[in-house]
Amino acid sequence: MSGPRVGLFVTCLVDLFRPTVGFAAVKLLEEAGCTAEVPQAQTCCGQPAWNTGDRKTTQAVAKGVIAAFEGYDYVVAPSGSCAGMLRVHYPELFVADESWKARAEALAAKSWELVGFLVDVLKLERVAADYAGIVTYHDSCSGLRELGVKAQPRALLAGIGGLHLRELADAEVCCGFGGTFCVKYPDISDRMVSNKTKSIVDTGADTLLAGDMGCLMNMAGKLQREGAAVRVRHVAEVLAGMADRPAIGEARDGGEGA
Amino acid sequence: MSAEVPDTAKSRAAILGAIRRGLGRDGAPTRAQREAPETRLATHPRNLQPARTAGADHGGLAHLFRHYAEAVQATVTEVADMASVPAAVADYLRRENLPARAVMAPDPALDAAPWAETGMLSIRRGKPTESDEVSVTSAFAGIAETGTLVMLSGKEHPSTLNFLPETHIVVLSADRVVGTYEDVWDRIRRKMGGAVPRLPRTVNLVTGPSRSGDIQQTLLLGAHGPRRLHIVLVG
Amino acid sequence: MEGSTSHDFKANATRELANADLRAALSGSDRTFVAGRARVVANLPEFDALRDAAKAIKDHTLANLDHYLEVWERRAREAGGHVHWAKDTAEARAIVLALCKRAGARAVNKGKSMIAEECGINEMLEANGIRPVETDLGEYIIQIRHETPSHIIAPAIHLTKAQVEKSFRETHTGLDPARDLTEPRALLTEAREILRKKYFEAEVGITGANFLVAETGSSIIVTNEGNGDLSQLLPRIHIVLASLEKVVPTLEDASTILRVLARSATGQEFSTYTTLSTGPRRADDLDGPEEYHVVVLDNGRAAMLGGEFHEMLRCIRCGACMNHCPVYQAVGGHAYGWVYPGPMGAVLTPALIGIEHAAPLPNASTFCGRCEQVCPMRIPLPGMMRKWREREFDKGLTPRPARQGLKLWAAFATRPRLYRFVTGLAMGALARLAGRKGRLRRLPLAGGWTRYREFPAPEGRTFQAMWAEKRGRP
Ligand code: SF4
Repeated sequence: MSGPRVGLFVTCLVDLFRPTVGFAAVKLLEEAGCTAEVPQAQTCCGQPAWNTGDRKTTQAVAKGVIAAFEGYDYVVAPSGSCAGMLRVHYPELFVADESWKARAEALAAKSWELVGFLVDVLKLERVAADYAGIVTYHDSCSGLRELGVKAQPRALLAGIGGLHLRELADAEVCCGFGGTFCVKYPDISDRMVSNKTKSIVDTGADTLLAGDMGCLMNMAGKLQREGAAVRVRHVAEVLAGMADRPAIGEARDGGEGA
Repeated sequence: MSAEVPDTAKSRAAILGAIRRGLGRDGAPTRAQREAPETRLATHPRNLQPARTAGADHGGLAHLFRHYAEAVQATVTEVADMASVPAAVADYLRRENLPARAVMAPDPALDAAPWAETGMLSIRRGKPTESDEVSVTSAFAGIAETGTLVMLSGKEHPSTLNFLPETHIVVLSADRVVGTYEDVWDRIRRKMGGAVPRLPRTVNLVTGPSRSGDIQQTLLLGAHGPRRLHIVLVG
Repeated sequence: MEGSTSHDFKANATRELANADLRAALSGSDRTFVAGRARVVANLPEFDALRDAAKAIKDHTLANLDHYLEVWERRAREAGGHVHWAKDTAEARAIVLALCKRAGARAVNKGKSMIAEECGINEMLEANGIRPVETDLGEYIIQIRHETPSHIIAPAIHLTKAQVEKSFRETHTGLDPARDLTEPRALLTEAREILRKKYFEAEVGITGANFLVAETGSSIIVTNEGNGDLSQLLPRIHIVLASLEKVVPTLEDASTILRVLARSATGQEFSTYTTLSTGPRRADDLDGPEEYHVVVLDNGRAAMLGGEFHEMLRCIRCGACMNHCPVYQAVGGHAYGWVYPGPMGAVLTPALIGIEHAAPLPNASTFCGRCEQVCPMRIPLPGMMRKWREREFDKGLTPRPARQGLKLWAAFATRPRLYRFVTGLAMGALARLAGRKGRLRRLPLAGGWTRYREFPAPEGRTFQAMWAEKRGRP
């Protein structure tokens, strides 16, 4: 295959909880003409440490990521917050260390969120997928505000046969996940996600899509606790035509609902 | 009661010292360091001006002024000349079911109107008291950009006239409508003269009648200042 | 820190989340503040460019702060004003008290001032037998309820109209029990009547300042009600409380910032009253104060210059950050435990009272970034909250469970092989635990999550393991 060589930064949540999203990302990248590779030496982008104020540990994790990915033409992650970490925050990490700063900046310049990459870099206009249903879309904060991912997923979703998008009120308001925030401040996080699930249910959509596993797990877990019949998926699953697997937190065939 | 107001010279020195440390300065700013601020103060350059009022002629500015003033619940009547002002004021008061009685600024600019001839208005000149329900003043300028009136304090215009009565009627001649706030500062500088402009004690920029949203975010007019702001635009 | 419960943010928040009145009261702010801002911003194509210009003005001013303050002081004095400098709140209180005593004041009218809140002016006056009368409607309401402001521009935003009615009935003796006060209009009329009388009784009026203008030696207040004007025009003495970062060079500079202030704050094109005060009344003026005093407060701000939190000094107290903050909207302003709530408080409060007294505030954010997106002065609020977290971490103030969890996580995150091995096992176990249901109702060590949500189970194998199998080891 020709085309750019892309290193897929799987992200820890996709790796651990939702491998389907990783395969969907590979499929989308390859169909768009890229060579997708998955360096083994990857774990997490370092946000848990960065957001706790532990710069040293974050630097240690980031150095591993930089070393593993700097040989690729692009680094792509199916997550706005992890891509934002690489693109926006890695260069802030090494203020005093010129050589690592330069390497971090070089990596940042070629790091992208998956859907933004497909549309803005690869100029993809259409994907070959169908999805019968009414979907609504939550704009995850980092993708939206750090990377400007807003129109790109909508542009691709618009071309999917059978899919009808119904916009969410307050689509740009945080769902309350916030990484460690949701366990540090569970009560506040719950209020935020409750507001979000109310808006979701109010749209009447049968499917909720977003581009970040953390937000998706948060909203899926709340919808399911509330007994709402909304399926929750990563947008890449739908774009790649891989929405035939159980949705996030959904019972596998034959399993009883909670 | 003893009332020794503390001398704060020591605190002043400490605060300025702390500022200078923060800025990485050894002491008072050098001549070179003072240059940029001094130039800015002396030339007061305009920053970005919104295009909203650019290029509008007198009529256009008056039109925009009215548009933005009405958008914030001021009411506007247009009359041809000063001679028509008293009747317009009396009309307005009648329409609003208000007493035909007003306290009016001792402003010579308002003398040009034939208040006595109307006969239906009782007018007192001076500053307002608690019981005055209607005030009439002129305005130094109108600002088209946001429908804002500019009032300068002085012996001709006690500032309390702008706030105490429930209804404030402002006589504004259309040729006093300018585009932006900056246009007004230039006019005030010209009026007050001197290298360093000495502003009147109080400069009021008034945009619509008084309002509050403090009770469950419900917008209500007439919180402390006037509940009604009526503008008679002349010419 | 005396009077602050910022260190107890978590407990405060839990209490406020259970407050149904708060929830009802805040539920409309999306429609007013957020939608209002969006509307006026859409009406002004230059809005974002004006934000850049406003930021540049403040950056320039802060870089020359000593000079501009000195020029402002000189011109304020030339206009007949008096300038007093206060290093901290105690000095500010002493100055205000002395001025009030010299005036023989028994009552003081107050326009809204956050600096007065910071200094505890009301408590000080009361302790000295002087009656402070808050004249801003919201401030008045919370004063009679013995509360503090929950928002920097809408101090009573946490209250419903029913709560306001109840407070009026309790405090306004002589109020006819049969009078209908269910609607906000009636409540406003009642407050207006009560406060009217008080305006004429006070010997001193205290206001805050949105700006000090170096060029003219003026102070500027921006209000909607007109109370700040009556408070300074009717009493014999006008005292302005201003923190030192309020200075701007020229009238032109103030104008630029004014263009973004009201739009960001309340969604108005311009506030109703923008008032420039310069010195005391002139010889032939018919009204206005005979004395004009400005108290310039530092209280920790000068120490922020040139440091990590320097940019916070650009803040113009518009409140947009809290109006758009999902955490503030959930818990309200009182949860923050001190004068300044929301994102701006999460950055400013630790700077003014110490991170050891306010550590939870910069942590109480998802870093969603909406505050920075709307801040007219382009203050990088999330970035500065993170800097506070770094300071907290470096000082060893980060709570132990978080530190230990992080250590454990770091041990894996920096060792990819070990990570793959352990996570592979763990995810398998979790998936088996969930069985066919695909999710977990309860999960050890994740009580904060599963108290409110299901925990979506992993698919079973990790992506890395499946990928290695599928594509072969590289
Ligand atoms: S931080 Fe920005 S948005 Fe918040 S009050 Fe200050 S100026 Fe306004």
